[in-house]
Amino acid sequence: MPGESLNVPLLTLSWTLPLAGALLLLLVGNAGGRRDDLVRWLALTISLAVFGVTLGIWAAFDPASPEFQLVERHAWIPAFGIDYYVGIDGISLLLVVLTGFLTPIALLSSWHSVEKKVKEFSIFVLALEAAMIGVFLSLDLFLFYVFWDAMLIPMYFLIGIWGYDQRIYAAVKFMLYTMAGSVLMLIAILGLAYLHSAATGSYSFDLLKLYTLDIAPRTQFWFFLAFALAFAIKVPLFPFHTWLPDAHVQAPTAGSVILAGVLLKMGTYGLVRFAFPLFPAAAVYFAPWIALLAVIGIIYGALVAMVQPDMKKLVAYSSVSHLGFVVLGICAMNVQGMQGAVYQMLAHGVSTGGLFLIVGMLSDRRHTRLISEFGGLKAVMPRLTAAFFIMTLASIGLPGLNGFVGEFLIMVGAFRWDPRYVVGAGLGVILSAVYMLWMFQRVFYGNVTHEENANLPDLQTHEWASVIPLCAAAIVMGVFPTLFLKPMEPAIEKLVQRLQSVQTLRVEDTSGQGARIKGQIQYAGGGR
Amino acid sequence: MVALIPLFPFVGFLVNATCGRRLPKVVSGGLASLAMVAAFAVSALSVWQLAALPVDARAIEQTVYTWIASGDLVLGLTFRVDPLSAVMILVITGIGSLIHIYSTAYMHDEPDSEFARYFSYLNLFAAFMLVLVLGASFVVMFVGWEGVGLCSYLLIGFWFKKKSASDAGKKAFVVNRIGDYAFILGMLLLFTRFGTLDFQGVASAVAGLPPEATFGALSLATLLLFIGATGKSAQIPLYTWLPDAMEGPTPVSALIHAATMVTAGVYMIGRNAVLFSHTPETMMVVAVVGAATALMAGTIGIVQNDIKRVLAYSTVSQLGLMFLAMGVGAFGAGIFHLYTHAFFKALLFLGSGAVIHALHGEQDIRNMGGLKAGLPITYWTFLIGSLAIAGVPGLAGFFSKDEILFETFADGHTVLWVVGALTSLLTATYMFRLVFLTFHGSASAKATADTHDLAWNAGLPSHAHSHGHGAGSHLHDAPPAMAIALVVLALGSVLAGYVGVPHALGGHNQLATWLEPAFEAEHTASATAEVVAPAAEPAGGLQASGEASEESETGEARLELTLMGVSSAIAFLGIGIAAFIWLKRRPSTSSGQVEIADRMAQRFPGLHRLLLNKYYVDEVYDAAVVQPIRIISEEGLWRGFDVRVIDGAVNGAASIVDGGAWMLRRLQTGSVRTYAGSVIFGVTMILGYYLWR
Repeated sequence: MPGESLNVPLLTLSWTLPLAGALLLLLVGNAGGRRDDLVRWLALTISLAVFGVTLGIWAAFDPASPEFQLVERHAWIPAFGIDYYVGIDGISLLLVVLTGFLTPIALLSSWHSVEKKVKEFSIFVLALEAAMIGVFLSLDLFLFYVFWDAMLIPMYFLIGIWGYDQRIYAAVKFMLYTMAGSVLMLIAILGLAYLHSAATGSYSFDLLKLYTLDIAPRTQFWFFLAFALAFAIKVPLFPFHTWLPDAHVQAPTAGSVILAGVLLKMGTYGLVRFAFPLFPAAAVYFAPWIALLAVIGIIYGALVAMVQPDMKKLVAYSSVSHLGFVVLGICAMNVQGMQGAVYQMLAHGVSTGGLFLIVGMLSDRRHTRLISEFGGLKAVMPRLTAAFFIMTLASIGLPGLNGFVGEFLIMVGAFRWDPRYVVGAGLGVILSAVYMLWMFQRVFYGNVTHEENANLPDLQTHEWASVIPLCAAAIVMGVFPTLFLKPMEPAIEKLVQRLQSVQTLRVEDTSGQGARIKGQIQYAGGGR
Repeated sequence: MVALIPLFPFVGFLVNATCGRRLPKVVSGGLASLAMVAAFAVSALSVWQLAALPVDARAIEQTVYTWIASGDLVLGLTFRVDPLSAVMILVITGIGSLIHIYSTAYMHDEPDSEFARYFSYLNLFAAFMLVLVLGASFVVMFVGWEGVGLCSYLLIGFWFKKKSASDAGKKAFVVNRIGDYAFILGMLLLFTRFGTLDFQGVASAVAGLPPEATFGALSLATLLLFIGATGKSAQIPLYTWLPDAMEGPTPVSALIHAATMVTAGVYMIGRNAVLFSHTPETMMVVAVVGAATALMAGTIGIVQNDIKRVLAYSTVSQLGLMFLAMGVGAFGAGIFHLYTHAFFKALLFLGSGAVIHALHGEQDIRNMGGLKAGLPITYWTFLIGSLAIAGVPGLAGFFSKDEILFETFADGHTVLWVVGALTSLLTATYMFRLVFLTFHGSASAKATADTHDLAWNAGLPSHAHSHGHGAGSHLHDAPPAMAIALVVLALGSVLAGYVGVPHALGGHNQLATWLEPAFEAEHTASATAEVVAPAAEPAGGLQASGEASEESETGEARLELTLMGVSSAIAFLGIGIAAFIWLKRRPSTSSGQVEIADRMAQRFPGLHRLLLNKYYVDEVYDAAVVQPIRIISEEGLWRGFDVRVIDGAVNGAASIVDGGAWMLRRLQTGSVRTYAGSVIFGVTMILGYYLWR
């Protein structure tokens, strides 16, 4: 493996590089925006280098192994068993690559649209990237929590400073919603470390050690709730989603791209990595209810998306719908469901990131995002139309593009678990076509009804540079999905085995332990 | 080699989509047509190879690569040519080539970039359609299934500046998606049950099972698949998109909405014949829905005034007959009609296109008439197509329609047979109404064509003033590229039926014999399949027409001949009715004479309005489904629940915190007197509490 033979700590490099880049930008004197262009190029170069590093990680990754790889571990706060402990497996690998892929695109999207405080903007974007990658890499819960909360700060400022009219309300709402969840999660994390010390005599935040803890089902119940709530808000799962439309609408394009592309995946990633495997008995107990919320979210998000007058809001609500699919796949707790869920995370990052990107371009040109302000753009800007159409098709899950693979696998997985959920979720297939094609028709078809639209410029060079990779990714992911499914499969199979071992316990009711677990969970459930 | 068949048009799509706008029309149109002809050549070669194989081993398979793999779900991009898909690829590439060639003339007035865009869509459609029929598993079929839906959307809405066109495209896509939803569920149900999505795999697994006497999981699966088919093939309740789809260019209607895509549902049932014949309850639903659709669309077709809409309802009706055939287990007959229908319906659409082309966009048959002299090629080919679809003996439609009716009757479904016969009567009537009103009588076009011409051109610059003289003065018959397609298809409409001449007429029904292996479980792969296959026999409905046992053969032949006589009589009766009403008394706008049709409309105003407004189904759907969903989503879910309830709660929580903070802030005024006052108040209260109790 090249990474190991060269002895480069690739994982550490992948999050310290953007952070170092942010620090470097701090040093650039940019009074009055003199060196805006330099800052832009520097930030872009750094983010591209980070993307290179993430690709290096992919190259060094052994796709046949289910284990964590490229692991680095150093004692950090030994008194509490806190380590700097990072590693990567098939589940986190591609999410890290996705982060590396989307950040340069986000920077490109703001090339001309962000004119004020370019330096600070770039610093926040890079800092955000560092934190996001850190979240995916952490194998120590404390480290994870540090990165988790560190993400909030740059995002808060990105929305609050560079956003649209109601940016402060949106930023505060985003912050409070997320903090409410993370506080509970922090308590649960500390509780876990305590449980570990109660069982073994020493504190530990080591995820792999905590996986092996034998936690009483009743305790699992509460811990799971704390974790799941934090992640459900982040997903966002219905009914915790109302921060999302505001945050998206008010965020600058780069913020929306990153928010939709990566940040929303933190919630579903957290479910896959922490909530479900740490508390499998509780997960089995809660899965039907979470899946129910997911299915409600799929339909609800789609219906509400359909009637939005604002393009950004429409895409934001469509995210609620799409991420409902992801959560449903996770709840199915079988290989197709889980794998579909992780695939859908990637696919959604690309297609919804792309939609926000192009909506941002329209918004930059016309300073409005209202659908009714557009119409007939196909004749004016055919290239932008084509790109948007590809993203639209990807979003509605047309076979041959990325959206189909994830959705289909999720539906296969969920159907094997309980077909009733798919009966509900499948309605999303119909509704997504309704709201996306209706928006597409109103914006791009017909005659140009507003004179301002008659001479809008088509895609510019820097816009091409950000649109083409996304379209290419959507097509490659749709045509050659095995490229991405293969590396994640071993890790997902391992995870599923872990979860299913509990499920079988529950099914075998007559066996003493299973009945006991079930009884206790029901007791705990009754105690609400 | 099989993969080359869809690859040719796909490459054509790529070229025209990327650099078509810079190519002259000869190149972009020529390239697209060439791609189709190449696909046809490869198809013919494949079928030739297939025919050389022994009957039990007739399948050529090619797996291009593994598309999706997750756990035990492994989906390869696998193509398979077997007798059934062989018929389909020949129809698609053959008729597809003709329609491409026709289009080079029909679309010639479009600017270069639009011309290339048109051909890129058309090529892409052909590629997906070929994937649909060549796919060896449900999922590959579904790729094509969705892909043709996309292309249909793009081509219906080709003139995207026109709202009605983009509306129609969207409607087609969404209605199809409703069917797809059911299709996906059916597919998942089968996968959960059998662990495979390969057609042969499912068929082999099912063949070993007894038919479902009562409605069970298999019946549910086939019913769901059939709902998918009602979307794609425009059957009740999902047919409403097809008439609207006539907003697209006419060659598109011919290719997609007559000859190929809309038959995908019929093909899908044929592809899963083993599965469907194990679920008699679903089969009954298929037959009844097919018959009901056939009759309903026929009644609508008889009063419509738009030349393309009449043909559209006719297509819905004919597809209904195909489903009727599938539903009574006459798979061979259904596919036979699919194949003959492709010829004459494509011909009729292209003929109507030639009329519309000549009249600069006029589509209302009330404004036509007497075009026979000016458009001889169009007239004669259109007439042949009409005779064929009406079921006049000797032409293609006669053989296939007759086989359907015979099989329906022989299977004991007398009521369905009556419905089918009535549909045939309606078919002959409305088709010849079209012929007589369009081509015969006096030329009433002159007066109105010009004004309509203007209105039409306002939306569609394509045909505007391309012909430097007024409509009706000098009619131009189809230019060579269009004429070639018309003539070849007319030949096909005459001759195509002769591959299925029934035994009763001394023929051998080669098509039925050829198709037979495709409707049975796998012979080729393994010995186990052969053991399983006989078990499928009692399932019934698998026998093609010629398989009757010897004793009853003469009796059946007599019955078949009788029915044949009846349906021939029906065809002539229908033509006679049309001639009586619409040929003898052409309405002459000046004399004020009321013709029979008008008198009938006046006598039954309610019925006439009901039919003219297509039973108000669109209006009912809109009022019962579309509007409620929109209103509930907007007022109930978004403004009500999302904004008021959830955000109300969130903001409410915030204001409680805010209010609490405000109160706490009031407490900390910094005023010593206030503090002292509260201390005294508190002490008094506490003391009071203890003293009082």
